[in-house]
Amino acid sequence: MNKHFISAFISGLVFGLGLLVSGMANPDKVLSFLDLAGAWDPSLALVMAGAIAVGLVAFAAIKGRTHSLLGEPLRLPAKKDLDLRLIMGSLGFGVGWGLAGFCPGPALVALGAGAPKAAVFVAAMLAGMAIYELLEKTRARA
Amino acid sequence: MTIDWIAFTPWTALAGGALIGLAAAAFVLLNGRIAGISGIVGGLLSPQKGDILWRILFVAGIVLAPLLWLLSGPLPDMQIDASYPMLIVAGLIVGISTRYGSGCTSGHGVCGISRLSPRSIVATLAFMFTGFVTVYIMRHLLGI
Repeated sequence: MNKHFISAFISGLVFGLGLLVSGMANPDKVLSFLDLAGAWDPSLALVMAGAIAVGLVAFAAIKGRTHSLLGEPLRLPAKKDLDLRLIMGSLGFGVGWGLAGFCPGPALVALGAGAPKAAVFVAAMLAGMAIYELLEKTRARA
Repeated sequence: MTIDWIAFTPWTALAGGALIGLAAAAFVLLNGRIAGISGIVGGLLSPQKGDILWRILFVAGIVLAPLLWLLSGPLPDMQIDASYPMLIVAGLIVGISTRYGSGCTSGHGVCGISRLSPRSIVATLAFMFTGFVTVYIMRHLLGI
């Protein structure tokens, strides 16, 4: 099997472990971070700080490269403009995140942990993504 | 604002965050891609030839992480207070809007900020803002 398939699996595994260790896989803890007016739990800010500290080094290291260490082409987002889709989409995402305390990664971890409520959230999220694909196809045809 | 010092877990938050960063670092260094969960999952819904297996394997890694964890001890608490109807509404909104916004907490919040992308910085500020506002309205105005 091609090496980059193995590294994709291991990256996902480590990502999931990180979500578990950090407490992000627990919606109650995420909502306690988002609840500025309540008893505020700042932990999530440190999760972001820890992740970005490591990420900064990696993304600085690949600057100027065209291929990954395994020889895969480097595929980084090329878009630069702050368009309405980005802003409205992100504003919308925050609403969904705040309603249940789940964002996509932690929901997948909670699904793997066997939580029925996470399964329902993930199913709805997939349906939402499918609706997006349908809307995009309709838009492309129009 | 009052800080809940009992709930605050700075060390596991930093360590877990560093692991998340390590995963994102490994993924870009080895696979040349952004570890953005909504984009990786979303790409499976408009499958392109030769662009499917790595997505499934990455997602499988995340989903199987709790099983690996179980080898060392019981899973940490995952308290999901939202009702089923609320989870459906939230899931639909997260699904549609992360695709329109080209990313979520991982793609924009971790990877995008790490590569100092202005789009991702704006996106992260935007979803943090509405996240704070939504929880404020739910908990302190509606009492849900």
